[in-house]
Amino acid sequence: MKKLLGLSLLIIPLGLFSVVRAIVPVPAADQSEPIAIIGAVIHIGNGNVITNGIITFDEGLITAVGEAGAGINLTDHLQIDIQGRHVYPGFVLPNSTLGLLEVNSVRATDDVLEEGDINASVRSAIAYNTDSEIIPANRFNGILTAQVAPQGGLISGSSTVFKLDGWNWEDAMLAEDIGLHMHWPSYTQRERNPETGLFETVDNENYEGQTQLLHSLFQDAQAYSGQPLNLNLLAMRPLFNGIAKLFIHADEAREIISAIRFARGYGVQDIVLVGGADAFAVKDFLLAQNVPVIYERIHELPLRDWQDVDTPFKTPFLLHDAGIKVGIGGGATSIDRQRNLPFFAGTAAAYGLDRETALSMVTLTNAEILGVADRVGTLEVGKDATLFISEGDALDMRTSQVLGAYIQGRDIDLNGTQQQLYERFRDKYANQLER
Amino acid sequence: MVSQIKKCVPAAYTALLISAAVSSAFAQENATPNGVNDERAGAYAFTNANIYQADGAFISGGTLLIRDGRIVEVDDNVAIPEGYFEIDLSGRFIYPGLIDIYTDYGIPELQREDDNGAAENLYPSDQAFNVNDAIRTNFRASTAFAPDEEKREKFRELGFSSVLSLRPDGIARGTSALITLGDGNANEAIVVPDVAAHYSLDKGTSSQSMPSSLMGAFALLRQTYLDADWFVNQQPRPFTDDTLEAWNRYQSLPQIMEVGNWQEALTVDRLGDEFAIQYVLKTSGDSYRHAELIKATGATLIVPVDFPEAPEVEDTLTADDVSLEDLKHWELAPFNARILAEQEIPFSITSSGAESDFWKNLRTAVKNGLPQRMAIDALTTVPAATLGLSGLVGQLAPSALANFIITSDQLLAEDSLILENWIQGQRYILNPDYDSREGIYQLAVGDQSFELELSFDAGKASAELVLLDGESRRVNLDLSEDLISISFVIDEEGNRARLSGWPEGSGWRGNGRTPDGALVDWQLVRSGNLESDTGTEGVNEIAALPAPVVYPFSAYGRQTLPQQQDLLIRGATVWTNEEQGMVVTDVLVRDGRIDEVGDNLSANGVTLIDGTGKHLTPGIIDEHSHIGLFSINEGQTNSSMVRMKEVVDSENINIYRNLAGGVVAAQLLHGSANPIGGQSAIIKMRWGGSAQDLLIEGADEFIKFALGENVKRSRSPTSIRYPQTRMGVEQVFVNAFSQAQEYGRTWDEYNSLSRNQQRNTVAPRRDLVKETMLEILNGERFVTSHSYVQSEINMLMHVADSFDFNINTFTHILEGYKVADKMAQHGAGGSTFADWWGYKWEVRYAIPYNAALMQQAGVVVALNSDDAEMSRRLNQEAAKAVKYGNVSEIDALKMVTLNPAILLHLDDRMGSIREGKDADLVLWSDHPLSVYAVAETTWIEGIPYYDREEDNSLRQLIARERARIISAITRDSSAGSEGDNDDSVAGGREDRR
Repeated sequence: MKKLLGLSLLIIPLGLFSVVRAIVPVPAADQSEPIAIIGAVIHIGNGNVITNGIITFDEGLITAVGEAGAGINLTDHLQIDIQGRHVYPGFVLPNSTLGLLEVNSVRATDDVLEEGDINASVRSAIAYNTDSEIIPANRFNGILTAQVAPQGGLISGSSTVFKLDGWNWEDAMLAEDIGLHMHWPSYTQRERNPETGLFETVDNENYEGQTQLLHSLFQDAQAYSGQPLNLNLLAMRPLFNGIAKLFIHADEAREIISAIRFARGYGVQDIVLVGGADAFAVKDFLLAQNVPVIYERIHELPLRDWQDVDTPFKTPFLLHDAGIKVGIGGGATSIDRQRNLPFFAGTAAAYGLDRETALSMVTLTNAEILGVADRVGTLEVGKDATLFISEGDALDMRTSQVLGAYIQGRDIDLNGTQQQLYERFRDKYANQLER
Repeated sequence: MVSQIKKCVPAAYTALLISAAVSSAFAQENATPNGVNDERAGAYAFTNANIYQADGAFISGGTLLIRDGRIVEVDDNVAIPEGYFEIDLSGRFIYPGLIDIYTDYGIPELQREDDNGAAENLYPSDQAFNVNDAIRTNFRASTAFAPDEEKREKFRELGFSSVLSLRPDGIARGTSALITLGDGNANEAIVVPDVAAHYSLDKGTSSQSMPSSLMGAFALLRQTYLDADWFVNQQPRPFTDDTLEAWNRYQSLPQIMEVGNWQEALTVDRLGDEFAIQYVLKTSGDSYRHAELIKATGATLIVPVDFPEAPEVEDTLTADDVSLEDLKHWELAPFNARILAEQEIPFSITSSGAESDFWKNLRTAVKNGLPQRMAIDALTTVPAATLGLSGLVGQLAPSALANFIITSDQLLAEDSLILENWIQGQRYILNPDYDSREGIYQLAVGDQSFELELSFDAGKASAELVLLDGESRRVNLDLSEDLISISFVIDEEGNRARLSGWPEGSGWRGNGRTPDGALVDWQLVRSGNLESDTGTEGVNEIAALPAPVVYPFSAYGRQTLPQQQDLLIRGATVWTNEEQGMVVTDVLVRDGRIDEVGDNLSANGVTLIDGTGKHLTPGIIDEHSHIGLFSINEGQTNSSMVRMKEVVDSENINIYRNLAGGVVAAQLLHGSANPIGGQSAIIKMRWGGSAQDLLIEGADEFIKFALGENVKRSRSPTSIRYPQTRMGVEQVFVNAFSQAQEYGRTWDEYNSLSRNQQRNTVAPRRDLVKETMLEILNGERFVTSHSYVQSEINMLMHVADSFDFNINTFTHILEGYKVADKMAQHGAGGSTFADWWGYKWEVRYAIPYNAALMQQAGVVVALNSDDAEMSRRLNQEAAKAVKYGNVSEIDALKMVTLNPAILLHLDDRMGSIREGKDADLVLWSDHPLSVYAVAETTWIEGIPYYDREEDNSLRQLIARERARIISAITRDSSAGSEGDNDDSVAGGREDRR
């Protein structure tokens, strides 16, 4: 069977058909037939591009990727000719609060931060709400996979990687409990001087106490025999036997060094630095320690007045150029900005990186850092068919128009609440104008 | 140093007096003595002294007569009348007693009142004082003063004989008193009560919520001037307010205003001008950053010498956290006084803040170029004149208080010591052990002769004697006023000669014993002066300014501001925002304006810029920003009287960062903490100019309103402030506008009275809140209202309609898409975010299609930042209007250029590239809506305030400056750790750091 679907029938998120729907889209059905996307500019995610390419997938897995005319089998495939448009691996959003937080200022919608400094045992996996209205807005920009992480405290708990489509958390899970999150205490803090009214940097008086809490946790966890039952100590075990990663959240230079040396001192092998505002100041340390960085501060101001105006923009390039593995993150604290992940990468590309390398920082590198590169992150045979089609360059807000998306071959519905509201009022005003 | 070998009379008192007076020269007459009467005239004649005169000259060998605590006469060689005890001060110097014009000596601190547990404290104290607790004009320092022995002694040791004492707490702080520092009781110490009236911009311990901002402080001052004037014109008074009475009572005194930085100084001086008041400005030591503007205020200053401690820069990682401003301030603060002196700005110096470092720092300032005479004036004649007390203190003149200091050398000479501090005729000896008999002496012992070098370490009795007979030998010396004891090795075997004696003539003589026990005569005769190693020439050598002042005084500041250029930009893709749309063409700029747009232009004398492959757009305008402000929110429900123009911080780095993102102008808005916020400042990013330079001249006046969760304090469970619901929010507006109408009628009635009738009628109270609301109703001020959900948007338009005016702009307006048709009908514009949502309940249904939908319905739409970071990427935010809702690219760019210009009523001169408009332009490396586009040059009126190439050299300059100053700091601190005790502190016995 050969179908050639013109674009008019291709998934048009803002189609003329306004239908009454559930507020969040219905999870997509399993892939029912093999699909071939032809006439595509295929961004593999590892730096390579196929300008006139074909990608096929069946039963949720990629079956072929290559040049047109390379003899890819299209028999029985539903063929979609996208006429020079772009195919990308779904973006991978690290360190997010998707499904844990709905409205920042409404406490009832906030499942991000558990009480207490040490929460090794809590797991985002079971709190992830597949029906969050935030999720469709992220999918709309091509974000199809996300790490969902608890935040705050010293040890926040463990994170899980989710596919951004599913009926419930079990269904949506891609990789469970991949790592623990440690927020290293700051050496200093900004405080308002009551005399002068100006903010100044003062020493964090609690630094010693906080690091002592962490030392005793790691010491007791290493020595823990299983008795008496202690959920926090138990939850630390995967760190020491290499099963779980330690995500170290730190931004400033001294904290980065101290936190990583701390973790190495307790034999933690698999370490990821999250945040990393000052990572470039300690690049040689990071290289020597072989620690990858999830850099989260692209659309941020330089931390210091004298720094280069474009410091946050160009840091991914500088780190990459120094040989450090860099992924780009969305910044967990503001849920409304995570959906701009591709544009963070685009900005990094405007300041030194070549575009495909910038792309890999939100696809393959993030997948590698999260330990899910065997499933997502690039468009390669055998991996999940988690990908999307864009009208143009998906790292540039000017040209990014996600026309369709698949998660494990399932054709997902890109229309969220925002699109529904758009259609409703667009039609209202169009009708008014007609009258 | 003047040679001084004569025996010194004052030293005779040493044993009796250690920093204490013998007796009171003039006791309080009505007090009952506990004993027999001990009244004394305290009549002294100080002779042969070098007496400092107010013109900076010395009367050499002069005489000073004092009696009953006052100066009787000062002249050279006056005949000493009978009844005076003569004190010979040969070689010594007499200076007027120093005045510290800014202290809190002896004034108890106010304790902060407990608030009532609510988020806001809306009411003043229960007493009959001002409606605002930060107005404390009824406080009189003289009624609270009690001597503080410890502090008094510290001041005396620094050479001060009198201080101005105030209570530095509150916005209006009441009066200060001139207080002398003798041992008398408060009755005697307070020489003049109510010397000056004091003000600041800091509400201090007042626990009342208002004012909660700097602009609120300005507004409170302004309103209180008006209230006091209104109040005093009524008999009987409309109510009792002791504070307003006092406000009026003390207006004729010197008005001293304390400011936190030079920008506040300029602003508060303008406020003073409104009421014909020239403040004396107590500054913070940063006036050097714009000394010429400070001079233009015409104010006399009070200047501290509390130089900043060196920032910690030893560790390279933590050094990164020190701002360039702090580094430069460390370097230049010690040059502040010199720069002010060069500008001929009159100023007093206060020790406040510097305390025991006072003399060290003052000498540093002198080394750095502050003329000695001006330093002395700043502690004597200037403060006296500032306070209108020249006849009383600050100079040595008949009938002035007998306040003076006796010094070993010229006051500011390197090793000069303050030996005695006389206060109202009472003597306080500061350096009892001072001995000046250093020099080279010939020692004759029997028939042998030696040369001796006698020197002192900072005037202390411990001294060293060096024997010069080819080789030097150490000599043990014990020296007192009356006795001398010398022993030294006299032969090869190490045997010692031991000599004892007494002063005689310019030396000593006596008897002693040789090693074999023989009695010998000896004599020590002065033969010359020691060679000074520091000398006075070191003092006269003026340090060069280590670096020029840059504008602004921060990173990316420049020594000279960029100049306006005539430009021809050729071949760029020009986004005209006019009918011709987007075209590849040429743009000619002359005198800061667009001169011509067209193909193949040519012109002489212009800078040619090749725009091939690049894009030229009008500068970006951010309709909603809070960068470059010292404060954002005032707290009361209606704060329409506050002016953001008064809190613009022209030195904020985000202004430069905005330029780097192609932003040329912004509306700096009040925050959204209350329904009626404050008056906007609309600026151009003229980086390096003062706040006044940044303001757009002739721009229409705007005010910020706000609706919804913020104004009802949704995130503050303890808030008690009205309104707490959207229902109450409406009532705030209806009430405010109704009151404004009534206010207008009242004034109209008054203004319609004849001049005669007006003379017999009390003018209505001017109310700056209502006046501002009336401006809105009169079409003289335009509303930008923060808003989220459709109900409140609709409500505010209804309120406006009912008062017959229009809401100019809804900002945020995230549910504008739901009522866009109504907005279009009302004529309101919408200035929104491209894609913000989810951070509050009221933005749950904020959608990124909002801009497109409002535009579709006919609303003028702008995209704004409300965020210092996003504002530098507004071109990217505009692109999102293309992504979400298919707005055309040209229309999308207009949303950050022409449309905000329209909403700010600036479209007649900004927002498009058309002949005659301001040449506010951005040259982009790429399509301006693309994430890959980078601003290469940003011009404001033809001035390249940002240029990518220049930015590169500024970065290098910053790196060099940081390196230079950091190495200066590390040099300094390593030297300091070796010899910390080198600093001589005049009169100071403790040198705490």
